[in-house]
Amino acid sequence: MEMNDFKSSDPIAWCSRCGNFGILTSLKGALVKLGKQPKDILLVSGIGQAAKMPHYVKANCFNGLHGRALPAAFGAKTANKDLTVVVTTGDGDCYGEGGNHLIHNIRRNPDITVIVCDNQIYALTKGQASPTTDEGIVTKVQTEGVILEHLSPLSLALAVGAGFVARGFSQETDHLADLILSGINYKGFALIDVLQPCVTFNKKNTYEWYSQRVYKLDASYKSTDLSIAFQKSLEWGDRIPIGILYNVSKPTYEQKAGP
Amino acid sequence: MANEISIRITGEAGQGTQTIGDALSQVFKSAGYHLFAYQDFMSRIRGGNNFFEIRVSIKPVHSPRHKPDIIICLDKSSVDIQKKDLAIDGILVVDKTKFGMAGLEESMYDVAFNEIALRVANDTLYSNSIACGLIAGIVGLDFTFVTQGIQEVFSHKSKEIIQNNVNSARAGFELGLANPHKEMFLLPTVGKDRLAAVPGVILLDGSTAIALGAIKAGCKFYTAYPMSPSTNIMNIVAGRAAVEHIVVEQAEDEIAAVNMAIGASFAGSRAMTSTSGGGFCLMVEGLSLAAMTETPLVMVDAQRPGPATGFPTRTEQADLDFVISAGHGEFARVVYSPGSAQQAYFITIKAFNIAEKYQIPVLILTDQHLQDSITDIPALDQGTAAIERFIISKEESANITSYKRYALTDSGISPRAIPSWIQDVMYVDSDEHDESGHITEDAAMRKQMVQKRLHKKLHGLLNELEQPTSFNIDDAQVILLGFGSTLGILQEAAQALEKRKVGFVHLSQVWPFPSDEMLKLLSNARMIISIENNAQGQLARLLRRETGIKVSKSILKYDGRPFDVDSVIEIIKPEL
Ligand SMILES: Cc1ncc(C[n+]2csc(CCOP(=O)(O)OP(=O)(O)O)c2C)c(N)n1
Ligand code: SF4
Ligand SMILES: [Mg+2]
Repeated sequence: MEMNDFKSSDPIAWCSRCGNFGILTSLKGALVKLGKQPKDILLVSGIGQAAKMPHYVKANCFNGLHGRALPAAFGAKTANKDLTVVVTTGDGDCYGEGGNHLIHNIRRNPDITVIVCDNQIYALTKGQASPTTDEGIVTKVQTEGVILEHLSPLSLALAVGAGFVARGFSQETDHLADLILSGINYKGFALIDVLQPCVTFNKKNTYEWYSQRVYKLDASYKSTDLSIAFQKSLEWGDRIPIGILYNVSKPTYEQKAGP
Repeated sequence: MANEISIRITGEAGQGTQTIGDALSQVFKSAGYHLFAYQDFMSRIRGGNNFFEIRVSIKPVHSPRHKPDIIICLDKSSVDIQKKDLAIDGILVVDKTKFGMAGLEESMYDVAFNEIALRVANDTLYSNSIACGLIAGIVGLDFTFVTQGIQEVFSHKSKEIIQNNVNSARAGFELGLANPHKEMFLLPTVGKDRLAAVPGVILLDGSTAIALGAIKAGCKFYTAYPMSPSTNIMNIVAGRAAVEHIVVEQAEDEIAAVNMAIGASFAGSRAMTSTSGGGFCLMVEGLSLAAMTETPLVMVDAQRPGPATGFPTRTEQADLDFVISAGHGEFARVVYSPGSAQQAYFITIKAFNIAEKYQIPVLILTDQHLQDSITDIPALDQGTAAIERFIISKEESANITSYKRYALTDSGISPRAIPSWIQDVMYVDSDEHDESGHITEDAAMRKQMVQKRLHKKLHGLLNELEQPTSFNIDDAQVILLGFGSTLGILQEAAQALEKRKVGFVHLSQVWPFPSDEMLKLLSNARMIISIENNAQGQLARLLRRETGIKVSKSILKYDGRPFDVDSVIEIIKPEL
């Protein structure tokens, strides 16, 4: 498999320099390394800028409703186990509109990989606060600045029992491709939150802002300790860890549901 | 001696009215009688007042009567609540000692259930079987049928428990034989032919009918969020899931349920979800997703009275307007409204076929009354009929290297492939899309896609209509009209008034509306009376909107209770 095997003919509708381009490159890179045929891969998404990603990859695509990628992905994976199922979703799609499905699909633990393109903003609807928008950010709706506490999605996932929890940065494409491949190879629900600059609507969390803060978890990091993972997941501000925070094996839905 | 009898068993929730009802239903079935049983219960697990009513007859029966002939009270408060419902000359069975009653009214008949149960089986729990035997004695059944019925209902219990139940029933039976009203409640004996046919008879309720229909149709993915009165369908499918290799998943909410079903259907399984009105509200965006993505989907709305939480355990037919128009945008759908458990079974199978053939959402609209009512019917065909999938077969798929999910065709139906079966990939989108499934904003393509999803599919669907049922309509003075669970009422009222030229028309499909058929059946009607469990006469309005035909009168009931045939006949009579 080569990058070209996953090339889609659909013209891309993102702004130039959008963080999603890096994620798209990493996703394709991971799929190349995975070595499966496009026909055996299913990309599922909801609605948002990130949710357009399946159109830009040559693989099966189910682009469903805003917030509802996870239930559709669960249904598809359960009905057709031959498919490698990857969800591409946004912070609004996955943590806002679809928050309930995130909680319960972590509990179900189907063998799917969820890539959240987290630009900390609702981009497609032109810049309202999302659950991960930093406090104080001013938008057309949050005119005095966001007053709700910023959600820590990785802590949420760990608290609910996710077995694979990671964070990537869209500029670190090789690192991210490795994370995605690990997520796909992980047997169960793998959550990868990806820091994704939105050059149009998020003027705070820019490439520079992230670059100054992110650091990679190195070989000394023990990714099997829940309390360490939990601490790491809460690290936000001056330093932001990227890499696999938590990776333990758990019985999947398929295993639990029996033959 | 009457040809039929209605028996009501009433008590608090948790006292076992349903257990006695189920056992009695089995007993009467074994004895060759026809029956119709329905339930009236409150939305609580303990306390309150529930009843189970069985109407038993030598002829087929399909609806409740106005007043039961025998009421068995399991607790003191039932006596006061139910007394007023008793038929003239009926009897109200009470346990005077247990209820601490000072005296008995004329209609009351004292049976010391508790005391007998303790004496015979050392546990008051066995009162239920005493009641069962009592009824059998009062109506003059042979005790062997009681034994058979009890063995069937308690088949999963230990030998000792079964024997205790039989002994208790025997004690009740002896009392029943000796009852002071003996002659009045004796049922005519059943003919030999009918008795010989008993092994081929089953008891079926609406929930079981839909569950069995889904299983028969090859449903392999079932997801729902519990909501009365739809929950039993999920329970029954779940009970057979392991044997039938069905994934049954309780979703976190109805939004998840419908989207899971759509995902599973897209990926190759026959999929279904069920709910009641409130949950259906949450599923509506999913309904329109199924339409837009052209993914087959079968949904059940088992209606209960709304708005909002409404009456959780009661019945209504007020979601008609809602389900035929639910979902934003315009698209083809089918809405079935079966009138009996038997119809519900066959319609469920058809729903899967139509959903896959046209790649559309198909709805089955039922209600609490249909879900929870039991009738005797000839055993369903349990053969292994081939299921027609209307998809590109696995063999054929292996050679497909270039595929467009939404290829434009004359019928509006694009050949449907399953992802991973074909060699190419496919794109499916909830946004407006082109033939290959990619997002488009092209005006001409938009028009073609709307025509595909709406006009072309509707055109085909008109050839697949579930035909209305009609009776005695030529030269009718009055034609009764209804849909869904009122079929039994229409049948029995029209039969009772057949000589006075009353007929009926019943719709088991309300969308696409069978306009041509209705024009044929109703254009020359002298008088049409719609009978509906809602407050606006929604079917009558729909008929007028679609055909211009006006009904003369609507008999509407929206108190959460089903119609009874006697009251309906009384309302119709003055019109004749
Ligand atoms: C039911 C519903 N509500 C609202 C919308 C409008 N909507 C589309 S995308 C979106 C937010 C997307 O945010 P996010 O998931 O973060 O994606 P981004 O565009 O930032 O990548 C909203 C509110 C919709 N499509 N459907
Ligand atoms: S608005 Fe933001 S998220 Fe959307 S394409 Fe442009 S940069 Fe990317
Ligand atoms: Mg976003």
